[in-house]
Amino acid sequence: MNRKIIISGTLLIALLGAAIILAALFGAERLPLFDLNEQQMSILYDIRLPRILLGACVGASLAVAGAGLQSLLRNPLAEPYLLGVSNGAALGTMLAFVFFESFELSRPVLAFAGAGLATIAVYQMAKSRAGMNVERLVLSGVIVTTFLSSVIVMLTTLLDAAKLRSFTFWLLGDLSQATTNGVYLSLGAVTIGTIILMSQARALNLMMVGERDAFDFGVEVSRVRVLVFGASSLVVGAAVAASGSVGYVGLIVPHLVRLTVGSDNRLVVPFSAIAGAIFVVFADTIARTAIAPRELPVGAITALIGAPMFIYLLRRS
Amino acid sequence: MLEAREIFVKYGETMVLDDVSFELDEGKIIALVGPNGAGKTTLIKVLNGTIEPHYHGRPILYGQDMLSMSRSEIARNIAVVAQENETRFPVTVVEFVLSGRFANGNAFGWETEADVEFAKDALADCDLNGFETRLMNHLSGGERQRVVLARALATNARILLLDEPTANLDLAHQAMMFRLVQRRCLEKGASAVVITHDLNLAAAFADEIIMLKDGRIAAKGTPEEVLTAENVKHVFGVDVLLDENPASGGVRVTNVF
Repeated sequence: MNRKIIISGTLLIALLGAAIILAALFGAERLPLFDLNEQQMSILYDIRLPRILLGACVGASLAVAGAGLQSLLRNPLAEPYLLGVSNGAALGTMLAFVFFESFELSRPVLAFAGAGLATIAVYQMAKSRAGMNVERLVLSGVIVTTFLSSVIVMLTTLLDAAKLRSFTFWLLGDLSQATTNGVYLSLGAVTIGTIILMSQARALNLMMVGERDAFDFGVEVSRVRVLVFGASSLVVGAAVAASGSVGYVGLIVPHLVRLTVGSDNRLVVPFSAIAGAIFVVFADTIARTAIAPRELPVGAITALIGAPMFIYLLRRS
Repeated sequence: MLEAREIFVKYGETMVLDDVSFELDEGKIIALVGPNGAGKTTLIKVLNGTIEPHYHGRPILYGQDMLSMSRSEIARNIAVVAQENETRFPVTVVEFVLSGRFANGNAFGWETEADVEFAKDALADCDLNGFETRLMNHLSGGERQRVVLARALATNARILLLDEPTANLDLAHQAMMFRLVQRRCLEKGASAVVITHDLNLAAAFADEIIMLKDGRIAAKGTPEEVLTAENVKHVFGVDVLLDENPASGGVRVTNVF
């Protein structure tokens, strides 16, 4: 560990603190830094903070999932949203919403299952005898994404008009339904997921150079694959169940982190967690304030930044 | 140290390795030669447990069936230099070489002083001083090949399996590569199996040459025993002239065009 890394780590954590404080002050109602009245306290603690903290958890989740999947699949374009993993989780959430509405916990559980199944489907489709190239993986992601989207659209016909509106908003990535329970759940999932990914970071450093290499140098490749797929499904499932499909976070954040600290996953994973949290808190603040008192879905903001970046990365690889 | 015992491998209906057995002793270098498709790379993969042989044949490491050992246990003893890889991520040379220490450390941890020492020595041995912070995908093919070798040496494994390690190297570094492997064998009692297409390099550096043809061992023994005009004609289908290498006193093979 050298000084540059300690400094950038400290800086990043400070930046996250600052982002959370700023996000708490800005909104439809501008809050003062000190001397809040009772109504303002209620806005801060009941509405704004849960939403900001959920945004931070969601950002961290999607970013670490992206970092892990990219190294495992040796593809800088791998990302939960683009691979259809988010859509798998969305379908799971929706099934829970339609059929088990009274069990709140069924949503994250089915979201996790959906994310896991979508991951396996994409992986199986992208794998071929000749190995896995960048384009094949991205195309498999497109196919899984569109297939799941059409299933989701069919399911929406089962919803009444009021539910449909809030559901559509959620599907685009929306943090406005944040609850304290949702924050705890998300925080738990992202903590466990990040620890699992970090425990596999050294193995991933070998995997990102080549699967055969990793095997030769002592990595139990199939175990690492199961752990990374499991951890990313866990965090993506929790994130999507809480906030819908926020896209491109897992693409943008790890890329920027690698530009700063290099490719060592022991750094990329934790740094991505913090940077992803900052990114989504920031994007959601824009979503809340740009056309206040109305709101934009946060997924629209992240996609606006992420899509051009995808093109850039595709051209470069 | 390492033994191949009655190895059969089939890809579909094709027999790729057909009853191959040999032993690699401490301090020895075995050169594996043969035409393309003879099964050389497959044999290397069997020898580190990547490919499971058919029937009862087994790779044996220090008297133990390799298929019952864990990946990291095997990797601590056997280092492989395979065909080169390319990565799309910005990996530095020193990160790449240090990643070879995986099997010697715990998963969460950072490299120890000792790990860094092994990596430094390996880089110096491979003539790569000053390359530490260069990015792998900015190197030439030959430079990358040397980094891949450095990673294998950094493991400090006692057995080296090298799949055409000299393919991208210039003349000076071809000799360097073989001398390095030879030094490992002399100083640390290591041993190596090297696939090469250069029969003269094989003659100069190997203690034993194994000639493979269509998955079978066509000839096996010292360079003098194996490198005969008859064997080369039979295995490679070309006529060669053999005489004494004026520099080393060993066999010299010259292709008759």
